[in-house]
Amino acid sequence: MDIMKIVMVGIIAALLAVVLKEEKPEMAVAISIVTGLVIFVFVITKLNSVMMVLKHFAAKANIDILYFSTILKVIAIAYITEFGAQICRDAGEGAIAAKIEFAGKVLIMVIAIPILAALMDIMIKIIP
Amino acid sequence: MDVDLIFKIAAIGIVTAVLNRVLNQSGREEMAMMTTLAGVVVVLMMVISLISNLFNSVRTMFHL
Repeated sequence: MDIMKIVMVGIIAALLAVVLKEEKPEMAVAISIVTGLVIFVFVITKLNSVMMVLKHFAAKANIDILYFSTILKVIAIAYITEFGAQICRDAGEGAIAAKIEFAGKVLIMVIAIPILAALMDIMIKIIP
Repeated sequence: MDVDLIFKIAAIGIVTAVLNRVLNQSGREEMAMMTTLAGVVVVLMMVISLISNLFNSVRTMFHL
């Protein structure tokens, strides 16, 4: 069972981080980062087959590949932004975490602009 | 899933903490500072390689 493994790794890492927090807070932060990365990489390899299925459905439904890849990019940006912001907030830097989240929102908006433009085109075509 | 890195970092943290104590007790504050700095740098190197690994896997997964 994979979830058991992940929970065990999390508990052990939490114990180590608590032990180290008294003496060396920066090492505790490093442990939390590494634990998050290990779990994340482990999970993201599982996501591969789901991606294949989604892509298959997108090809079957005749969805433009531009839109599908845009959605995937948005999901990736959201994951990574959340990860970085969480770690900064854990380390006690709420301001930096807020800035990371803001940057993620702006970049997602920039990526989503072509879809918005396409929507606008359709609307203008419908309403002459 | 390589859990070794977590234990490695915890060990480095404990060792640097102990060294820091000992050096501070024997009155060598500058050496204690140096050990702390060295420990942080070593851990940072490990973490950076793992972060680049994560970014690469995300990039290949989502075709960025």
